[in-house]
Amino acid sequence: MTLSAEEWTAVRLSLLVAVTAMAASLPLGIAVAWLLARGRFWGKGLLDTIVHLPLILPPVVTGYLLLILFGKKGPIGAFLDQAFGIVFAFRWTGAALACAIMGFPLMVRAIRLSIEAVDTRLESAAGTLGANPVWVFLTITLPLCLPGVIAGAILSFAKSMGEFGATITFVSNIPGETQTLPSAIYTFTQVPGGDAGAMRLTLISVAISMGALLVSELLARRVGARHAAT
Amino acid sequence: MSLDVDIEHRQGTFKLAARFASQPGLTALFGRSGSGKTTLINIVAGLLRPERGRVAVDGQTLVDTERGLFVPTHRRRLGYVFQDSRLFPHLSVRQNLVYGRWFATVGDGTASDFYSVVKLLDIGQLLERRPVSLSGGEKQRVAIGRALLARPRLLLMDEPLASLDEGRRAEILPYIERLRDEAGVPILYVSHSVAEVARLATTVVILTEGAVTAVGPVADILPLADAGDGGAVLDATVKAHDEAFRLTVLSSAAGELQVPLLAAQPGTHVRAYIRARDVMLSLKPPQDISALNVLAGKVAQIAGSGAQVDIRLDCNGAVLMARLTAKSVQRLALSPGTSVYAVIKSVSFERS
Repeated sequence: MTLSAEEWTAVRLSLLVAVTAMAASLPLGIAVAWLLARGRFWGKGLLDTIVHLPLILPPVVTGYLLLILFGKKGPIGAFLDQAFGIVFAFRWTGAALACAIMGFPLMVRAIRLSIEAVDTRLESAAGTLGANPVWVFLTITLPLCLPGVIAGAILSFAKSMGEFGATITFVSNIPGETQTLPSAIYTFTQVPGGDAGAMRLTLISVAISMGALLVSELLARRVGARHAAT
Repeated sequence: MSLDVDIEHRQGTFKLAARFASQPGLTALFGRSGSGKTTLINIVAGLLRPERGRVAVDGQTLVDTERGLFVPTHRRRLGYVFQDSRLFPHLSVRQNLVYGRWFATVGDGTASDFYSVVKLLDIGQLLERRPVSLSGGEKQRVAIGRALLARPRLLLMDEPLASLDEGRRAEILPYIERLRDEAGVPILYVSHSVAEVARLATTVVILTEGAVTAVGPVADILPLADAGDGGAVLDATVKAHDEAFRLTVLSSAAGELQVPLLAAQPGTHVRAYIRARDVMLSLKPPQDISALNVLAGKVAQIAGSGAQVDIRLDCNGAVLMARLTAKSVQRLALSPGTSVYAVIKSVSFERS
């Protein structure tokens, strides 16, 4: 099975988009998960709803909203372009943004559940030993919820690999720039004789997803073993 | 060091209003479950914010609601040993022990410090293990070491023995005693066990339904501690052992006592706890009875109404409590000043 240069580009681009989306959203995902798990503040319910919105909305709607907000003439997009020279519209970075947002609820959910499972009594014990809240989080909460963080990151990655609706609506389907695996497969199915190409990319997609799952299992098991080791 | 507490706090319908100042040594917060002991110790630790009042350690105010002052837990420099040891499961015993040292900004956290604590608690062979593989008693010893190595100026212990069985308890008690006597760290100790308090405490603070009902030295306070399980603490010294009958002879202000053989050298100081219901009274020196221990004394006080009456005896300066029926008191015509002989049926002896 050999891939054409164009197909390789789609695979590479997909991996780049998915890894970027996962890595860039992870710190924010951990912070939001912590706020939702431990925070007590006004508007927590609202934050929870906003985080879950991409899960409920049709992906096309999310993509269209992104286009309105982050497009070249959108309020946020125009500001970022002028102030920092960052452009999302019709760039691979836009695909990463769309993927990050679509994967965000899954990521936050997994991390939030694992933070909630961390015994708060251990955190207060660390406090009595002189650790301030930031240190408590870094040395106690984070290591103990690491399996959930890994699971959340992998979910986000997997969602990014498969994201189609929001991406294609926001950044279109430009080969070499925004054409990720799903878009490429979709393109193959639209042309006569594209079945073989679609099948090749489908197999790669399946392989990458299973690989990601396997890696997350291994990592989680390693962390779990470390906690239970004698 | 000194600890000054004067706080009021409400949780639902429960109201806690406590005011006491503690002396150096081990101060026991004693009371039934639900009397507010843990709430009070959590307020001292900063895990709870009192509605009103003031907490000060060594003259430094930690909480003062009037001035709006609240020092967060991590800046209080207190060690806290919890009932459930709360060791960090992802760290080794050694890492658990040094955890607090990362943050101890004062003093020089030296290696000798570490090894003296490890030696004091006898946990050297556990250092590379994970908490999950430790027994309950070992966990508590590590938890005590971890709290000590944070270099606290006050050690808080919330029923550190409550989750352990009798054997494990006996395993830990000597270490807490060594802590009190050797480490020189003042301790605030929460307990509902008369035996523990009798053995460990220097000062006792009794909490009853959220209010401090008595504060003072252990020998004065413990007899008042609990109407359900009254008794007296007797300070004594091991005088000799009678190997033939497997007995130990103790001398105390009240007189000599013979008890089942204790594993203690002659000259060792021991604290006996004698329950009020284990003491009978006789007007004449009893003869031909099986009990070995008979102490002479005078009735100091008769308290209680109804069928059960608590008699406080003065045995040559030492206090002894006896619980009799009202009928017996009337039959013997007991009143303050009456000379009596106390027949002691059983004694629980705790080394100290």
